[in-house]
Amino acid sequence: MSTENRERVLVDADWVEAHLGDPKVVLVEVDEDTAAYDKNHIKGAVRLDWKKDLQDPVRRDFVSKEQFEALLSAKGISNDDTVVLYGGNNNWFASYAYWYFKLYGHGDARLLDGGRKKWELDSRELVEPIDERPATTYTAKDQDRSIRAFRDEVEAAIGQKNLVDVRSPDEYSGKLLAPAHLPQEQSQRPGHIPTAANIPWSQAANDDGTFKSDDELTALYAGKGVDLDKDTIAYCRIGERSAHTWFVLHELLGQPNVKNYDGSWTEWGSLVGVPIAIGEQP
Amino acid sequence: MCGAKKGGVSTEGLDLTDEAVVQGVVTRDGEPVANAYVRLLDGGGEFTAEVPTSATGQFRFFAAPGTWTLRTLAPKAEPVDRTVVAARGEVAEVEVLIG
Repeated sequence: MSTENRERVLVDADWVEAHLGDPKVVLVEVDEDTAAYDKNHIKGAVRLDWKKDLQDPVRRDFVSKEQFEALLSAKGISNDDTVVLYGGNNNWFASYAYWYFKLYGHGDARLLDGGRKKWELDSRELVEPIDERPATTYTAKDQDRSIRAFRDEVEAAIGQKNLVDVRSPDEYSGKLLAPAHLPQEQSQRPGHIPTAANIPWSQAANDDGTFKSDDELTALYAGKGVDLDKDTIAYCRIGERSAHTWFVLHELLGQPNVKNYDGSWTEWGSLVGVPIAIGEQP
Repeated sequence: MCGAKKGGVSTEGLDLTDEAVVQGVVTRDGEPVANAYVRLLDGGGEFTAEVPTSATGQFRFFAAPGTWTLRTLAPKAEPVDRTVVAARGEVAEVEVLIG
Protein backbone atom coordinates (compact mmCIF):
# COMPACT_ATOMS: atom_id res chain seq x y z
CA MET A 1 0.00 0.00 0.00
CA SER A 2 2.53 2.53 1.05
CA THR A 3 4.91 1.56 -1.77
CA GLU A 4 2.08 2.66 -4.02
CA ASN A 5 1.81 5.86 -2.00
CA ARG A 6 5.50 6.51 -2.50
CA GLU A 7 5.22 6.04 -6.27
CA ARG A 8 2.29 8.43 -6.35
CA VAL A 9 3.69 11.30 -4.28
CA LEU A 10 7.48 11.06 -4.45
CA VAL A 11 9.93 11.13 -7.36
CA ASP A 12 13.70 10.80 -7.38
CA ALA A 13 16.24 12.86 -9.28
CA ASP A 14 16.55 10.32 -12.11
CA TRP A 15 12.80 10.58 -12.71
CA VAL A 16 13.04 14.36 -12.84
CA GLU A 17 15.95 14.27 -15.27
CA ALA A 18 14.01 11.87 -17.49
CA HIS A 19 11.04 14.28 -17.52
CA LEU A 20 12.88 17.60 -17.99
CA GLY A 21 11.30 18.21 -21.41
CA ASP A 22 7.85 16.89 -20.52
CA PRO A 23 5.35 19.74 -20.98
CA LYS A 24 2.89 18.15 -18.53
CA VAL A 25 5.45 18.00 -15.73
CA VAL A 26 6.01 21.32 -13.97
CA LEU A 27 8.95 21.67 -11.63
CA VAL A 28 8.30 24.21 -8.88
CA GLU A 29 11.09 25.44 -6.60
CA VAL A 30 10.04 26.74 -3.18
CA ASP A 31 12.73 27.97 -0.79
CA GLU A 32 12.96 29.74 2.50
CA ASP A 33 15.74 31.76 0.89
CA THR A 34 13.76 32.88 -2.13
CA ALA A 35 16.94 34.19 -3.80
CA ALA A 36 18.27 30.63 -4.20
CA TYR A 37 16.21 30.24 -7.37
CA ASP A 38 17.77 33.36 -8.90
CA LYS A 39 21.24 31.89 -8.42
CA ASN A 40 20.26 28.71 -10.23
CA HIS A 41 17.55 26.05 -10.37
CA ILE A 42 16.62 22.85 -12.15
CA LYS A 43 16.10 23.51 -15.85
CA GLY A 44 12.57 24.66 -16.62
CA ALA A 45 11.54 25.09 -12.99
CA VAL A 46 9.27 27.95 -11.96
CA ARG A 47 9.46 29.62 -8.58
CA LEU A 48 6.87 30.04 -5.88
CA ASP A 49 7.66 32.48 -3.10
CA TRP A 50 6.20 30.95 0.07
CA LYS A 51 5.75 34.38 1.60
CA LYS A 52 4.85 36.73 -1.26
CA ASP A 53 2.88 34.22 -3.33
CA LEU A 54 1.29 32.01 -0.70
CA GLN A 55 0.58 34.39 2.20
CA ASP A 56 -2.02 37.15 2.31
CA PRO A 57 -0.07 40.44 2.35
CA VAL A 58 -2.14 41.94 5.19
CA ARG A 59 -3.87 39.33 7.37
CA ARG A 60 -2.11 36.25 8.67
CA ASP A 61 -3.70 33.70 6.37
CA PHE A 62 -3.30 32.08 3.01
CA VAL A 63 -4.21 33.66 -0.30
CA SER A 64 -7.81 33.09 -1.35
CA LYS A 65 -8.92 30.45 -3.82
CA GLU A 66 -9.22 33.15 -6.49
CA GLN A 67 -5.71 34.45 -5.76
CA PHE A 68 -4.32 30.93 -5.88
CA GLU A 69 -6.02 30.39 -9.23
CA ALA A 70 -4.52 33.63 -10.57
CA LEU A 71 -1.08 32.67 -9.23
CA LEU A 72 -1.01 29.21 -10.80
CA SER A 73 -2.47 30.51 -14.05
CA ALA A 74 0.28 33.12 -14.27
CA LYS A 75 2.92 30.48 -13.53
CA GLY A 76 1.62 28.37 -16.41
CA ILE A 77 0.36 25.48 -14.29
CA SER A 78 -2.71 23.53 -15.46
CA ASN A 79 -5.09 21.43 -13.41
CA ASP A 80 -3.95 18.23 -15.11
CA ASP A 81 -0.21 18.95 -14.82
CA THR A 82 2.06 16.84 -12.66
CA VAL A 83 3.55 19.35 -10.24
CA VAL A 84 6.91 18.33 -8.79
CA LEU A 85 7.91 20.47 -5.83
CA TYR A 86 11.42 20.78 -4.51
CA GLY A 87 13.47 23.22 -2.50
CA GLY A 88 16.12 23.87 0.10
CA ASN A 89 15.96 23.15 3.83
CA ASN A 90 15.35 19.46 3.17
CA ASN A 91 12.13 20.30 1.33
CA TRP A 92 10.50 22.13 4.28
CA PHE A 93 8.93 24.80 2.13
CA ALA A 94 8.39 22.45 -0.78
CA SER A 95 6.41 20.20 1.59
CA TYR A 96 4.51 23.24 2.76
CA ALA A 97 3.68 24.12 -0.86
CA TYR A 98 2.72 20.49 -1.53
CA TRP A 99 0.30 20.61 1.39
CA TYR A 100 -0.96 23.97 0.11
CA PHE A 101 -1.54 22.53 -3.39
CA LYS A 102 -3.52 19.70 -1.77
CA LEU A 103 -5.43 22.21 0.38
CA TYR A 104 -6.68 23.79 -2.84
CA GLY A 105 -7.33 20.40 -4.41
CA HIS A 106 -4.57 19.95 -6.99
CA GLY A 107 -4.65 16.42 -8.36
CA ASP A 108 -1.13 15.25 -9.14
CA ALA A 109 1.51 16.81 -6.90
CA ARG A 110 4.79 15.15 -5.94
CA LEU A 111 7.93 15.94 -4.03
CA LEU A 112 11.45 15.50 -5.35
CA ASP A 113 13.00 13.23 -2.72
CA GLY A 114 15.94 15.01 -1.09
CA GLY A 115 15.04 18.33 -2.69
CA ARG A 116 17.62 20.81 -3.80
CA LYS A 117 20.27 19.60 -1.39
CA LYS A 118 20.46 16.05 -2.69
CA TRP A 119 20.40 17.41 -6.25
CA GLU A 120 23.38 19.66 -5.43
CA LEU A 121 25.28 17.01 -3.48
CA ASP A 122 24.91 14.70 -6.49
CA SER A 123 26.37 17.49 -8.65
CA ARG A 124 23.39 17.46 -10.99
CA GLU A 125 22.81 20.29 -13.43
CA LEU A 126 21.42 23.62 -12.23
CA VAL A 127 20.88 26.50 -14.65
CA GLU A 128 20.40 30.27 -14.46
CA PRO A 129 18.00 31.04 -17.37
CA ILE A 130 14.34 31.28 -16.44
CA ASP A 131 11.93 29.55 -18.83
CA GLU A 132 8.55 31.28 -18.91
CA ARG A 133 5.57 28.95 -19.25
CA PRO A 134 2.54 30.18 -21.22
CA ALA A 135 -0.30 31.31 -18.95
CA THR A 136 -3.12 28.89 -18.20
CA THR A 137 -6.58 29.08 -16.67
CA TYR A 138 -6.27 27.22 -13.39
CA THR A 139 -9.32 26.28 -11.35
CA ALA A 140 -8.83 25.58 -7.64
CA LYS A 141 -11.21 23.82 -5.27
CA ASP A 142 -12.41 25.16 -1.95
CA GLN A 143 -9.92 24.62 0.87
CA ASP A 144 -9.86 21.03 2.13
CA ARG A 145 -10.12 21.75 5.83
CA SER A 146 -9.67 18.08 6.64
CA ILE A 147 -5.92 18.64 6.40
CA ARG A 148 -5.70 22.08 8.11
CA ALA A 149 -6.08 22.63 11.86
CA PHE A 150 -6.94 25.89 13.64
CA ARG A 151 -6.17 26.91 17.21
CA ASP A 152 -9.51 25.98 18.82
CA GLU A 153 -9.28 22.49 17.42
CA VAL A 154 -5.71 22.23 18.67
CA GLU A 155 -6.73 23.28 22.18
CA ALA A 156 -9.53 20.70 22.14
CA ALA A 157 -7.02 18.06 21.02
CA ILE A 158 -4.86 18.36 24.15
CA GLY A 159 -4.89 14.94 25.79
CA GLN A 160 -7.39 13.68 23.20
CA LYS A 161 -5.63 13.43 19.83
CA ASN A 162 -2.02 12.94 18.85
CA LEU A 163 -0.21 16.24 18.93
CA VAL A 164 3.16 16.05 17.25
CA ASP A 165 5.64 18.88 17.76
CA VAL A 166 8.19 18.46 14.98
CA ARG A 167 10.59 21.21 16.07
CA SER A 168 14.05 20.54 17.42
CA PRO A 169 14.33 19.41 21.07
CA ASP A 170 15.68 22.82 22.10
CA GLU A 171 12.66 24.60 20.62
CA TYR A 172 10.31 22.05 22.21
CA SER A 173 11.81 22.45 25.66
CA GLY A 174 11.81 26.23 25.42
CA LYS A 175 15.56 26.76 25.11
CA LEU A 176 15.22 28.22 21.61
CA LEU A 177 12.35 30.15 19.99
CA ALA A 178 13.29 29.49 16.36
CA PRO A 179 15.48 27.19 14.29
CA ALA A 180 19.11 27.94 15.04
CA HIS A 181 19.89 29.42 11.64
CA LEU A 182 17.57 32.35 12.43
CA PRO A 183 18.07 35.20 14.93
CA GLN A 184 16.24 34.44 18.17
CA GLU A 185 14.36 37.73 18.32
CA GLN A 186 10.77 36.57 18.74
CA SER A 187 9.03 37.85 21.83
CA GLN A 188 6.41 35.15 22.35
CA ARG A 189 6.59 32.52 25.05
CA PRO A 190 8.79 29.45 24.55
CA GLY A 191 7.73 25.86 25.17
CA HIS A 192 5.26 23.44 23.61
CA ILE A 193 1.58 22.46 23.65
CA PRO A 194 0.94 20.15 26.62
CA THR A 195 0.75 16.43 25.73
CA ALA A 196 2.51 16.98 22.38
CA ALA A 197 5.16 14.41 21.51
CA ASN A 198 8.44 15.84 20.28
CA ILE A 199 9.31 14.04 17.07
CA PRO A 200 11.59 16.36 15.10
CA TRP A 201 10.88 16.38 11.37
CA SER A 202 14.56 15.53 10.85
CA GLN A 203 14.06 12.07 12.32
CA ALA A 204 11.90 11.28 9.28
CA ALA A 205 14.73 12.15 6.89
CA ASN A 206 18.22 10.96 6.11
CA ASP A 207 21.19 13.34 6.20
CA ASP A 208 20.85 13.93 2.45
CA GLY A 209 17.24 15.04 2.89
CA THR A 210 15.57 11.94 1.44
CA PHE A 211 12.74 10.34 3.40
CA LYS A 212 13.44 7.26 5.49
CA SER A 213 11.76 3.97 4.54
CA ASP A 214 8.14 3.32 5.46
CA ASP A 215 9.20 0.70 7.99
CA GLU A 216 11.57 3.14 9.68
CA LEU A 217 8.91 5.86 9.67
CA THR A 218 6.21 3.64 11.15
CA ALA A 219 8.61 2.52 13.87
CA LEU A 220 9.60 6.14 14.56
CA TYR A 221 6.10 7.40 15.33
CA ALA A 222 4.95 4.27 17.13
CA GLY A 223 8.10 4.33 19.24
CA LYS A 224 7.34 7.90 20.32
CA GLY A 225 3.84 7.03 21.49
CA VAL A 226 1.83 8.21 18.49
CA ASP A 227 -1.30 6.06 18.29
CA LEU A 228 -1.86 5.88 14.55
CA ASP A 229 -5.48 4.87 15.11
CA LYS A 230 -6.18 8.34 16.48
CA ASP A 231 -6.40 11.67 14.70
CA THR A 232 -3.14 13.59 14.55
CA ILE A 233 -2.24 17.28 14.42
CA ALA A 234 1.32 18.27 13.58
CA TYR A 235 2.81 21.68 14.28
CA CYS A 236 6.15 23.47 14.32
CA ARG A 237 6.96 27.20 14.34
CA ILE A 238 5.21 28.48 11.21
CA GLY A 239 3.80 25.28 9.69
CA GLU A 240 6.45 24.40 7.15
CA ARG A 241 8.36 21.68 8.99
CA SER A 242 5.06 20.21 10.17
CA ALA A 243 3.96 20.08 6.53
CA HIS A 244 6.99 17.80 6.05
CA THR A 245 5.70 15.53 8.83
CA TRP A 246 2.13 15.82 7.51
CA PHE A 247 3.52 14.56 4.19
CA VAL A 248 5.13 11.60 5.94
CA LEU A 249 2.06 10.61 7.94
CA HIS A 250 -0.70 11.42 5.47
CA GLU A 251 0.92 10.91 2.08
CA LEU A 252 3.64 8.29 2.62
CA LEU A 253 2.15 6.24 5.46
CA GLY A 254 -1.42 6.84 4.29
CA GLN A 255 -2.82 7.87 7.69
CA PRO A 256 -6.30 9.28 7.03
CA ASN A 257 -6.82 11.91 9.74
CA VAL A 258 -3.73 14.07 9.87
CA LYS A 259 -3.83 17.87 9.94
CA ASN A 260 -1.18 20.53 9.78
CA TYR A 261 -1.59 23.39 12.27
CA ASP A 262 -0.09 26.21 10.22
CA GLY A 263 -0.60 28.76 13.01
CA SER A 264 1.94 26.65 14.91
CA TRP A 265 4.17 28.03 17.63
CA THR A 266 4.20 31.63 16.42
CA GLU A 267 0.44 31.62 17.06
CA TRP A 268 0.21 29.33 20.08
CA GLY A 269 3.14 30.97 21.89
CA SER A 270 1.44 34.35 21.49
CA LEU A 271 -2.10 33.40 22.54
CA VAL A 272 -3.43 34.69 25.83
CA GLY A 273 -4.65 32.06 28.26
CA VAL A 274 -3.67 28.83 26.54
CA PRO A 275 -1.65 26.17 28.39
CA ILE A 276 2.07 25.81 27.67
CA ALA A 277 4.52 23.18 28.87
CA ILE A 278 8.22 23.90 29.39
CA GLY A 279 10.98 21.31 29.43
CA GLU A 280 11.57 17.96 27.86
CA GLN A 281 8.42 16.21 29.08
CA PRO A 282 5.12 16.34 27.12
CA MET B 1 32.03 39.23 -0.63
CA CYS B 2 33.09 42.79 0.05
CA GLY B 3 34.52 43.34 3.51
CA ALA B 4 34.34 39.69 4.49
CA LYS B 5 36.87 38.84 7.13
CA LYS B 6 38.70 35.57 7.44
CA GLY B 7 36.53 32.93 9.10
CA GLY B 8 32.82 33.50 9.34
CA VAL B 9 30.55 36.20 8.06
CA SER B 10 30.98 39.79 9.25
CA THR B 11 28.91 40.38 12.38
CA GLU B 12 28.64 44.11 11.69
CA GLY B 13 25.12 45.41 12.31
CA LEU B 14 24.01 42.43 14.42
CA ASP B 15 23.16 42.78 18.09
CA LEU B 16 24.92 39.73 19.50
CA THR B 17 24.35 40.48 23.18
CA ASP B 18 21.83 37.68 23.58
CA GLU B 19 22.98 35.45 20.75
CA ALA B 20 25.29 32.43 20.90
CA VAL B 21 26.69 32.50 17.40
CA VAL B 22 28.46 29.60 15.71
CA GLN B 23 29.91 30.46 12.33
CA GLY B 24 32.78 29.71 10.04
CA VAL B 25 33.96 28.74 6.61
CA VAL B 26 34.18 25.47 4.68
CA THR B 27 37.28 24.96 2.53
CA ARG B 28 38.76 22.30 0.27
CA ASP B 29 42.45 22.59 -0.62
CA GLY B 30 42.45 26.13 0.72
CA GLU B 31 39.52 27.21 -1.47
CA PRO B 32 36.07 28.08 -0.07
CA VAL B 33 33.34 25.51 -0.83
CA ALA B 34 30.16 27.29 -1.93
CA ASN B 35 27.87 24.28 -2.39
CA ALA B 36 28.26 22.57 0.96
CA TYR B 37 25.61 22.04 3.64
CA VAL B 38 26.39 22.51 7.33
CA ARG B 39 24.13 20.80 9.89
CA LEU B 40 24.03 21.83 13.54
CA LEU B 41 23.48 18.84 15.84
CA ASP B 42 22.77 19.20 19.56
CA GLY B 43 24.43 17.35 22.45
CA GLY B 44 22.21 14.34 21.79
CA GLY B 45 23.14 14.27 18.11
CA GLU B 46 19.71 15.65 17.17
CA PHE B 47 19.40 17.90 14.13
CA THR B 48 18.82 21.53 15.10
CA ALA B 49 19.45 23.51 11.92
CA GLU B 50 21.11 23.39 8.54
CA VAL B 51 22.39 26.05 6.16
CA PRO B 52 23.97 25.99 2.71
CA THR B 53 27.33 27.74 2.55
CA SER B 54 27.53 31.14 0.90
CA ALA B 55 29.43 31.94 -2.29
CA THR B 56 32.48 32.41 -0.06
CA GLY B 57 31.98 29.13 1.78
CA GLN B 58 30.64 30.77 4.92
CA PHE B 59 27.89 29.72 7.31
CA ARG B 60 26.32 30.99 10.55
CA PHE B 61 24.00 29.70 13.28
CA PHE B 62 22.25 31.43 16.15
CA ALA B 63 22.58 28.60 18.65
CA ALA B 64 22.00 28.28 22.37
CA PRO B 65 24.93 28.11 24.82
CA GLY B 66 26.40 24.61 24.93
CA THR B 67 28.31 22.02 22.98
CA TRP B 68 27.29 21.37 19.38
CA THR B 69 28.42 19.22 16.50
CA LEU B 70 28.75 20.70 13.02
CA ARG B 71 28.24 18.09 10.30
CA THR B 72 29.31 19.25 6.86
CA LEU B 73 28.08 17.57 3.67
CA ALA B 74 29.71 18.46 0.35
CA PRO B 75 29.67 16.93 -3.13
CA LYS B 76 32.15 14.10 -3.61
CA ALA B 77 33.20 14.10 0.05
CA GLU B 78 32.49 12.14 3.20
CA PRO B 79 30.62 14.06 5.93
CA VAL B 80 32.95 15.93 8.32
CA ASP B 81 32.01 16.40 12.00
CA ARG B 82 33.46 19.19 14.18
CA THR B 83 32.62 19.92 17.82
CA VAL B 84 32.10 23.53 18.87
CA VAL B 85 31.17 25.27 22.12
CA ALA B 86 28.78 28.24 21.91
CA ALA B 87 28.42 30.91 24.59
CA ARG B 88 25.96 33.77 24.91
CA GLY B 89 27.33 37.06 23.63
CA GLU B 90 30.18 35.33 21.82
CA VAL B 91 30.97 34.22 18.30
CA ALA B 92 32.49 30.75 17.97
CA GLU B 93 34.50 30.52 14.74
CA VAL B 94 35.01 27.15 13.06
CA GLU B 95 37.02 26.28 9.99
CA VAL B 96 35.84 23.08 8.32
CA LEU B 97 38.28 21.32 6.00
CA ILE B 98 36.74 19.01 3.39
CA GLY B 99 38.91 16.19 2.12
